[in-house]
Amino acid sequence: MADGAYEKVKTARLGSRPTGLDFICGIFTDFIELHGDRRYGDDPAVVGGVAFLGNRPVTVIAIEKGHGTKERMRRNFGAPNPEGYRKSLRLMKQAEKFGRPIVCFVDTCGAFCGVEAEERGQGQAISENIITMSGLGVPILSVLIGEGGSGGALALAVADEVWMLENAIYSVISPEGCASILYKDASKAAEAAESLKLTAHDAHELGVVERILPEGGLGTLEFYAWLGGEIEKTLSRFALLSPEELVERRYRRFRLIGSRAG
Amino acid sequence: MTLLKFLKPKNELEPGGRQSVPITPDENEPSKQCPNCRRLVPESSLWANFNCCPHCGWHFRLSARQRIGFVADPNSFSELFADYRSDDPLGFPGYKKKLELSRRVSGEVEAVVCGAARIKEQPCALFVMEPSFMMGSMGTAVGEKITRLIEYAIEKRLPVVGYTVSGGARMQEGLLSLMQMAKTSAAIRKLGEEKLVYITVLTDPTTGGVTASFAMQGDIIIAEPRATIGFAGPRVIEQTTKRKLPAGFQSAEFLLERGFVDLIVPREKQRQVIGTLLKIHGGAHTDG
Repeated sequence: MADGAYEKVKTARLGSRPTGLDFICGIFTDFIELHGDRRYGDDPAVVGGVAFLGNRPVTVIAIEKGHGTKERMRRNFGAPNPEGYRKSLRLMKQAEKFGRPIVCFVDTCGAFCGVEAEERGQGQAISENIITMSGLGVPILSVLIGEGGSGGALALAVADEVWMLENAIYSVISPEGCASILYKDASKAAEAAESLKLTAHDAHELGVVERILPEGGLGTLEFYAWLGGEIEKTLSRFALLSPEELVERRYRRFRLIGSRAG
Repeated sequence: MTLLKFLKPKNELEPGGRQSVPITPDENEPSKQCPNCRRLVPESSLWANFNCCPHCGWHFRLSARQRIGFVADPNSFSELFADYRSDDPLGFPGYKKKLELSRRVSGEVEAVVCGAARIKEQPCALFVMEPSFMMGSMGTAVGEKITRLIEYAIEKRLPVVGYTVSGGARMQEGLLSLMQMAKTSAAIRKLGEEKLVYITVLTDPTTGGVTASFAMQGDIIIAEPRATIGFAGPRVIEQTTKRKLPAGFQSAEFLLERGFVDLIVPREKQRQVIGTLLKIHGGAHTDG
């Protein structure tokens, strides 16, 4: 293989990659950030709000890693706490109420593993996002821009379509975690990365994502303009569907994964 | 199967029914050490006590079939989707062997057993996860079986009872396992739209992708005493945070205190409690 899976993992994690907020600011106009889960607090690892895409009002939500050490620490390196997932759920329900489509940008090593996160119900928060998203009557488009770390990423990716940047990854477990469980040796992560089939190409082959977005070739501004156009085209297509059609279509999308006839 | 028949008469929980069984140690009888109080318990007294320690009440792990024997009415369980099993969709190194071994060890072909049953005469769809099959890990077959069971329940207008025990999503099936979280959740949402009740019983351990999907989506969430329930496993948290975890962290009691489970029910009372809950939710609301 010319480009090993673990190389992709390293690329996906590069601090120099654009983050969720970069995508939001590059693609949408009039973005207004809305804070807090109305339950406990505001998680800086999740950024969400309302904006325009062309003339279309949208709700945008991103997992944000931040740039620079200080900012990255403040953002908890893009590992959300339960209140981050609850904030995103609140904004998604708000989007449904006002009939706005939802665009998510996902970039996380995974939901935060910590004592407080467990105390505040990390598993419950993710499970509620997943089940609620499966029934939302507005279009949802999720774009994996860097790391797609397991349930913590899926909690923003139960969508009508999921797209992945060419160098993004999407995995049920980190290759290091997988290697330490399987081989009792985290240094075998490269081997595990190959086995896990976590590249955009793999995810596309497995039917988990609809599109791979090429990186390179375009300058940053042109890329955002192009991606914004692609998102707009897709949202226009989904706008023709009724809430019931959207939900049924989304149900079938996931229903088919890992279901062989017979 | 002979074992199940042997156990059935002790399954009755009528008022004034089964008395606690005196422990008469037999030197030749195999014993198990209770991991909690460290006392040796002869197997016969364990079984007479729902596989719980008669001294301290510690709940030993149960296989899926043993649980079905304890919770379902005698001879009421009819298995569904029994042949459905994962192969090796990613060609993951060593997985085929692991599956073979798990099938030999557990006597099951997959990590969940599904079927139609009655609990205290209340009909329901029942799934029970199997701890000795890769610690109940969720791959495509587990997700598919549970989804089919829920779709079956919708078609037959049955409530769903699910016992969870799982280390989470099965990494050997990669992303396909992860997607089962969305698939099962979407089915459970449909079940809810049909106003059919979904009761989960979280048993030791319930973690990872199972906690973060169908375990925590019960209309009513029951936990077994002292079961470990969480998203991240305790070892991972200790490694990540470099902190020693407080005693009782992620226990059923800890979750109850923080509001994440409805009630803790010891094994011997589960049949009664689930039966009553099913009765309370009997039949869908048709008025209005």
